Amino acid sequence: MPTPKKKKSVPKKTAASTRSKSAARQITTQNVVIFVATRKGAWFFRSDAKRKTWTADGPHFLGQIVNHLVLDPRDGKTLLAATSTGHLGPTLHRSTNLGRTWKEATRPPAFDKAPEGVAGRSVNHTFWLTPCHANEPKAWYAGTSPQGLFRSDDGGDTWTPFSMINDDAQYRAWMGSVQDGTPDGPKLHSVIVDPRDPLHLYFAMSGGGVHESLDGGHTFAPLIEGMEVVGGFDATNVAFHDPHCVRMCPSNPDRLYQQNHCGIYRIDRPSNTWVRIGNNMPRRVGDIGFPMVVHPRDDNTAWAFPMDGTTVWPRTSPAGKPAVYVTRNGGKRWQALSVGLPAEQAWWTVKRQAMSADTLKSVGLYFGTTSGELWMSANEGDQWKCIARHLPEIYSVEAAVL
Amino acid sequence: MKVFIPGPLLSYTKQHEVEASGTTLADLLIDLDRQYPGLRFRVIDEQHNLRLHMRFFVNGAQVFDVNTPLRSTDTVHLVQALSGG
Repeated sequence: MPTPKKKKSVPKKTAASTRSKSAARQITTQNVVIFVATRKGAWFFRSDAKRKTWTADGPHFLGQIVNHLVLDPRDGKTLLAATSTGHLGPTLHRSTNLGRTWKEATRPPAFDKAPEGVAGRSVNHTFWLTPCHANEPKAWYAGTSPQGLFRSDDGGDTWTPFSMINDDAQYRAWMGSVQDGTPDGPKLHSVIVDPRDPLHLYFAMSGGGVHESLDGGHTFAPLIEGMEVVGGFDATNVAFHDPHCVRMCPSNPDRLYQQNHCGIYRIDRPSNTWVRIGNNMPRRVGDIGFPMVVHPRDDNTAWAFPMDGTTVWPRTSPAGKPAVYVTRNGGKRWQALSVGLPAEQAWWTVKRQAMSADTLKSVGLYFGTTSGELWMSANEGDQWKCIARHLPEIYSVEAAVL
Repeated sequence: MKVFIPGPLLSYTKQHEVEASGTTLADLLIDLDRQYPGLRFRVIDEQHNLRLHMRFFVNGAQVFDVNTPLRSTDTVHLVQALSGG
């Protein structure tokens, strides 16, 4: 009787090998889309996970001012675009098929009508869009100019004033008048939802400080300790604070980074004090800028795009030499990332919504310039490549992996 | 009454000349919004003020008050004054 053949031993699949094969499969099917909103319309740029070649799709809304164009990460297909024309009243467009077709919101963000004899405010434009918590499908927040906070619970079709801040006397005092904000109107921006708790919210105002709610927006309180203001002014006065962009680390929602009119900051909750980590930037560059970008998985890594904030505030790249700066240790040290960027005579800058990251293994970074150029790096900023020129001034850049 | 619509609002009406009714300009805008949802908010803000670059002409004369009375025989022009680059 023949002896049974010894069963060939087959090594068990390790979890790691399974993961890597599945990751490889994923990479072949993943696509990256960059949603670019400009002063005169919106464009999409598409690529695969290699991010080597890009295809332009646009313009959408040609001639319309698009301040923010955001994909809903909860369904991967709903897009909201904050649109206006500069002459007509502001509105908002929605797509439920990744931008193939668009429909105007039935009721865009608008303040309540003021009682007779009282001067009311009117929304000039919606500036910022944030999808609510994953447990609140179809809910969105919007920040406007002048500063107002709004919410939609139906995928952006109808909007209502949200929370107490729009009409609260103290908040109105902190917001100031339209003359106290940025040249095209004071903004409410950086609306942030804690992924662990939909009741935990932050927002920021230019001007008017950073604010936090622990009760779903019923009440807010300032969070400005440690933040500096322009020399000679009282830092305890919330009205004098001008945060430009605040980002929460997805890997550690207790850590936030902030680019401010007066430097770059970090806060680690439950501490209430911001720490000026921008003091560690090279002195010749400074730590003034608009955008702030955080790493999707590493709370010690963040990127900034400094601009010239000296004398009359040119708000160009310092000395005409643009560079992204990265910290990989929470702000202790900063390193310039400029390979591929113009070495000189480049006098553009990057606005607060115009820089973002994707979530791929080697994180892709993207920014759009005030001169209408779209730049990207597929290796976390080590090398930069221009993927579009001659667009209108770029207001926002959002990257998504689909 | 006849209402003439400027180019930037054609996305709502699809035509330059439409029929609408109202005893005041404010009423007329309500009727236009009923027929062409969303149009009114592009022209008049939430405090019921005319937007900065919108102008109304009734029978060729410019009017600034949304409470201006209208007759069914009037002709109204909505004009968007373009500015900037």
